[in-house]
Order: sequence, then structure tokens, then C-alpha cells
Amino acid sequence: MAFEIGNPGLATTVQDQGRTGHYNVGIPQSGSMDQYSAELGNALVGNTAREAVLECTYLGPVLTTDSDAVIAVTGAPVDVKVNGESRPQWTRLLLKAGDQLSFGVIQGGTRYYIAVQGGIDVPEVLGSRSTYSLGAIGGFKGRKLEAGDVIPVGAPLNDGKLPPADSVPEEFRPVFAKEQQVRIVLGLYDHRLTDEGLGNLLNEEWKVTPVADRMGLRYSGPGVKWKEREQPFGAGSDPSNIVDAGYAVGSIQIPGGTQPIILHRDAVSGGGYAMVGTVISADMDLVARAAPGTATTFQAVSLEDALEARRDLAEHRNKAWSELGASR
Amino acid sequence: MATIVSPLPGIFYRKPGPGKPPFANEGDTIEVGQTLGIVEIMKQFTEIQSDVAGVLESFEVNEGDMVNPGDAIIVIREG
Repeated sequence: MAFEIGNPGLATTVQDQGRTGHYNVGIPQSGSMDQYSAELGNALVGNTAREAVLECTYLGPVLTTDSDAVIAVTGAPVDVKVNGESRPQWTRLLLKAGDQLSFGVIQGGTRYYIAVQGGIDVPEVLGSRSTYSLGAIGGFKGRKLEAGDVIPVGAPLNDGKLPPADSVPEEFRPVFAKEQQVRIVLGLYDHRLTDEGLGNLLNEEWKVTPVADRMGLRYSGPGVKWKEREQPFGAGSDPSNIVDAGYAVGSIQIPGGTQPIILHRDAVSGGGYAMVGTVISADMDLVARAAPGTATTFQAVSLEDALEARRDLAEHRNKAWSELGASR
Repeated sequence: MATIVSPLPGIFYRKPGPGKPPFANEGDTIEVGQTLGIVEIMKQFTEIQSDVAGVLESFEVNEGDMVNPGDAIIVIREG
């Protein structure tokens, strides 16, 4: 079976849990920006957490299914429409062959996910079906969807067995707020900021600018100050420059000291900007949900706190799966 | 009166490019499907089209302003 794409939307791509293990040779992990939401879509339709979904950004696609299909739309709040009639989000939906799926105006957040029983069945590239558009690999022909594309859907798993519950309880749905507190671990180069600069980063409010995509999100705010130094050989002349180094996923750089950039799932793996901190892995989905204008504060936490937050998130996620009676 | 809203966040422009004339001005007669502006996000330009016919009454945002999904951009007097 397959989905035929009428209107592709702004940037609809095939994503899964990501392509890990190749960052050292410059291939980012990619994968659903909001892993939690994508995963619970899979849970609703009887998939494991590994199946590929469609990630829709702000403007969703209009698509038609050529066979009966079991789908769920999770993630950012949006009107889901089947043949023009509203349907609930975070809930399993049954489509008949020929049904058309479309979307209204997004009401918050950035991305919503279409999960389908059997998953989006594009070939794996380096162990993942995720689209890395900049590198033109993975997903559907290495790119975002276009009008006229026919996207293959895989065969149902477990003989088509679906979990007993057909809707994610409210307490397991993320909040898509206009304010966020994002936890970061400082380093490796926070010592290069002046006290005032570090204070601005941690105590002032920053706003997500419209310059935000799968590679990273740029924030506007009061700026920061760097300590003066004689730049080492190989580093650029600005104090925010370092000799080229590897970038952690989620790391924060502040080119010129003006606008912090959080590197996200499609980001480059290295470069010459000092990283003042790194968003903890448990908050990467949160950052992915930040629409332009989102007021953000950064809270420094310890590595122990970050690891505990990661355990808590995994526990919460596992509980959501078991609430549905689904197996990951 | 009909309000044209932005379906997505981004920067609103009235012109197709720098130094080019605007897509439309106040007082212009507008047809269904006519492009009235563009919104830039993620290095992509999405055309904002009218879903009604009438006369362009006013712009609710200025050239280069940031808009959010659902924000009113243009008001059209139908007819």
C-alpha cells in the first residue's frame, strides 16, 4: 500500500529514531525532531518505536491512501481532517482506501507526526530510514516530499495486532507552550565568557527567531560578552572562534556573542565556534517543539541531573507505552 | 470583510524580491487565488493567497514583520 502526496506541505520528511554511529565522519543522526511524539504515534498504530513516520513542519501535506490504513497524528496541535471532517489527534484513526488526509492551521509548536501501521517503507540507508536533506540521503529519495510522490507503507507488524487503547491519555501528551525552560550542561567553553556574559545566558530571556530548522535554532536576546584573549593559531579572529572541534548534538554556540544557536538533529558535526553548553538529551524534544517567538530561559544543571532527567523521561515514555498496552 | 491569516510562522514580505513592486496594494481588486504576499521560514517562501474576491482593504502587518500561525495579515472587502 502507499500514500499519494497531493500537496507536500512545507517540509514533510520521512524520519525514524535516527542514524546514529556515523557522526564521526560528519553524518548527523537526523531522526524525528520530537522523538517522544513520533514514538507514541507508532505505539497507537501497533508499530514498534523503530518504524518510520512522516514529520510535518508547520504546513502539513494533503495525502490520499490507496488502501485501508491505520494511522495516528501526534505532536504539535493541529486540526486533523479526513475527507474534510475533523478527527482527534493522539488517537488511532482508521482510513478507508481513497480517503484524503489533510490539516488545518498549526496551533502551537512546530511539528506533527503521521504514524501508519507498518511504518513508512523506504529503504534503510546506514541503518536508518531518516531523511537527511542536506546530504540527500535516506527517507524518500533523500529529500522532502513533493507533489505526486507515492510513499510506500510497510506490512502490518504482529499480524496487524493493535494495542487495546486507541488514545494517548492527556497526562502523556506533551505541552506545546510559548515559554520554555531548557536545561543545559555548561561547557566546554563557558569559561571563555565574562561573568556578565554567562549571567546573560543563564538569567535573561531568549526568544526563538524564525531562523530555526532541523539543523538548529537561533535565539535573540541580550547577547553575551567573551573574555578578550590572543586567539590561538588556527582559530578565527573573533573571540567566539576556536580551533575547529567536534560539536556535541544539542551544543550551543554564540557566533560573535549575539545570537545563541542550539544545534539539533541535522546539525554539522564540527566547526570553529566555542560551545558554551549543551542541551541535555531529555530536553532535545522540548527544544524541537519551540516555535519562533518562544520565550526561553536556560538552566544550568549537573551531568548527574542530566542523567537523572534522561532516566525520568525514559520511564515516562515507557509508562505511556504500557498505558496503551503497546510494546516498544 | 474577509481576513487572510498566515498558516505558518515566519517573516512577511509584500514583494516577490528586493526592488520589485509589491504583489498588491490597498485598493486593488483581488481575485480568488491571487498571491498577496509571502512568508519566509526555513529558507523557504510560502505564497499567501486570497481565498476570496474583493478589494484589498488593509495590511495588518508591515513588510519584514514576524507573523505567527493564525495571525491576520490582510483584510479584503468582499464583493
